[in-house]
Amino acid sequence: MHTAQDTLLSGGRWKRWEYPLWALALAVPLLLPSHALIVNEIAIVALFALALDLILGYTGIVSLGHAAFFGMGAYSAALFAKLVMPDPLLGLLVGIAAAGVLGALCSATILRGTDLTRLMVTLGVGLILMELANKLDWLTGGADGLQGVVMGPLLGRFEFDLYGQTAAWYSMTVLLLVFAVARRFVNSPFGATLKAIRDNRLRAMAIGIPVNSRLAVVYTVAAAVAGAAGALLAQTTGFASLDVFEFHRSADVMLILVIGGVGWLYGGVAGAIVFKLMQDAISSITPEYWTFWIGLFLVVLVSVGRERLIRPWTWFGRGAKGGQP
Amino acid sequence: MLTILFDGIAYGMLLFILAVGLAVTMGLMNFINLAHGAFAMVGGYITVLLMQKMDVPFLLCLPLAFVGAAVLGGILERTLYRPLYHKPHLDQVLFSIGLTFMAVATATYFIGSSQQNVQLPEWLKGRTELGEGAWMLGMGHYRLFIIAVCAALTVGLQYVLVKTRFGSRLRASVDDQRVAAGLGINVNTVFLGTFAVGSGLAGLGGALGAEVLGLDPSFPLKFMIYFLIVVAVGGTSSITGPLLAALLLGVADVAGKYYIPKMGGFIVYSLMIAILIWRPQGLFVRKGGK
Repeated sequence: MHTAQDTLLSGGRWKRWEYPLWALALAVPLLLPSHALIVNEIAIVALFALALDLILGYTGIVSLGHAAFFGMGAYSAALFAKLVMPDPLLGLLVGIAAAGVLGALCSATILRGTDLTRLMVTLGVGLILMELANKLDWLTGGADGLQGVVMGPLLGRFEFDLYGQTAAWYSMTVLLLVFAVARRFVNSPFGATLKAIRDNRLRAMAIGIPVNSRLAVVYTVAAAVAGAAGALLAQTTGFASLDVFEFHRSADVMLILVIGGVGWLYGGVAGAIVFKLMQDAISSITPEYWTFWIGLFLVVLVSVGRERLIRPWTWFGRGAKGGQP
Repeated sequence: MLTILFDGIAYGMLLFILAVGLAVTMGLMNFINLAHGAFAMVGGYITVLLMQKMDVPFLLCLPLAFVGAAVLGGILERTLYRPLYHKPHLDQVLFSIGLTFMAVATATYFIGSSQQNVQLPEWLKGRTELGEGAWMLGMGHYRLFIIAVCAALTVGLQYVLVKTRFGSRLRASVDDQRVAAGLGINVNTVFLGTFAVGSGLAGLGGALGAEVLGLDPSFPLKFMIYFLIVVAVGGTSSITGPLLAALLLGVADVAGKYYIPKMGGFIVYSLMIAILIWRPQGLFVRKGGK
């Protein structure tokens, strides 16, 4: 009895190796100040991938339009800073809330139908929002993007600097907080019902899980987290453009998640690190054609099979964690 | 107003030819192929390059575009697609997105990212006008040509599907793959043939549409959503469903862009979401299928 409970609970507990890992991650902007900007980007993308993981990895909803919520968060945070007040934390909350409301509304669209239907509907929502941001140019600046967003200092004390150290810490802290909450979330009984729905929806329904309301809630949460990622991007770059709604952003984040592993919270983080470093390296060699290599990578990844391709890599991962049973 | 209807029908017919291959392969193999537009792009580029570099006449280019895309589709089906039929949808989506990205980057590398133009022969350039005032019907000759070609193809496809032996094998495989295989139908060959023909039709559509839709390396991504709408709304079990869906989409898109240009693609996407919420399996689903 006791051991079963332990195994169930152990998933939600913080392991010993995780504290130094996060401490190291938070120290990176200090150790490598010239790389603070990319650290910031990685943290944001990791947060976005984490959001997708909640619905794709834990609930099994294939979405090609998660950038809709990312963009919603970005635009609402940027507009809030521009029109109301420049405080970053309040802006972040506004971004989260706006994306969450949108997610709650959109959750009605993903309850029915097959994978194809969901794919189409999520894709459609993303495209509609992009059209909206494009056409409402008096509000969003249209195709030129929303310019002139000036952020106030964080907590009234830390100014955003040009090298992105503050930004990196800010994003990293938000990532850490969301990660901690998300871990509680997926290891709770609620999270267990999500996995049941992913594995077999019919049986989940038969044992009395209210499938539709669970799907709606997790979709809203995932949307809110994606909104947080978008808000961070808009705040740390002081800019929001139509690019945040683009299709390739949804595709990229899916790729990130698959590189790192779905249904595993560190998957998004690991994938984001690998993806961003890879993007940085390849696009410095061939800036224009780096999508070719990403495409090739995807094709190989799927054809060869993720498990086989990644085996040496997980072997490395286990070695690095040190002493894990 | 009739002109808009006419243009919408031409556009819808074109979309149908582009997407019908996708509908059949998706119904057949339950494979979500986002790379379908890449075959259309291949057809378009074959036409444009043959006409520009080697002065091949336009009408000869069309069958060549079909053959080129069909051969490419057949090869890819045999080598890359087949192992993925029984993988989860997520893998299929990732795989075909990857293929699309590669196609876009390859086209940019070899041909350049600029928009390509097709020089139509003289006899396709004119425009005929009938009637007066609000009921005037202006028909561009090229659009008339598109409608004629696509209508002929549709009738031909329907004939093959309903009357021939290959057609009944195909329908049997779509309805139930395992039973069809049990009855001695070589399902793999049926898949291969269908995939090749579907890709070829996409290539032909790309060649025909290069003038109307525009042709540049981002073509597969730009029109992917339209193909998918046709398939998702029309259902995958017949070809009349996608045909009606394509016509609906074509007319709605052209009319929407004409009357309310500020809304852009908004109308089409909202319409699609509304239809899919209302009928998640598509508008025209045959009962008793899979």
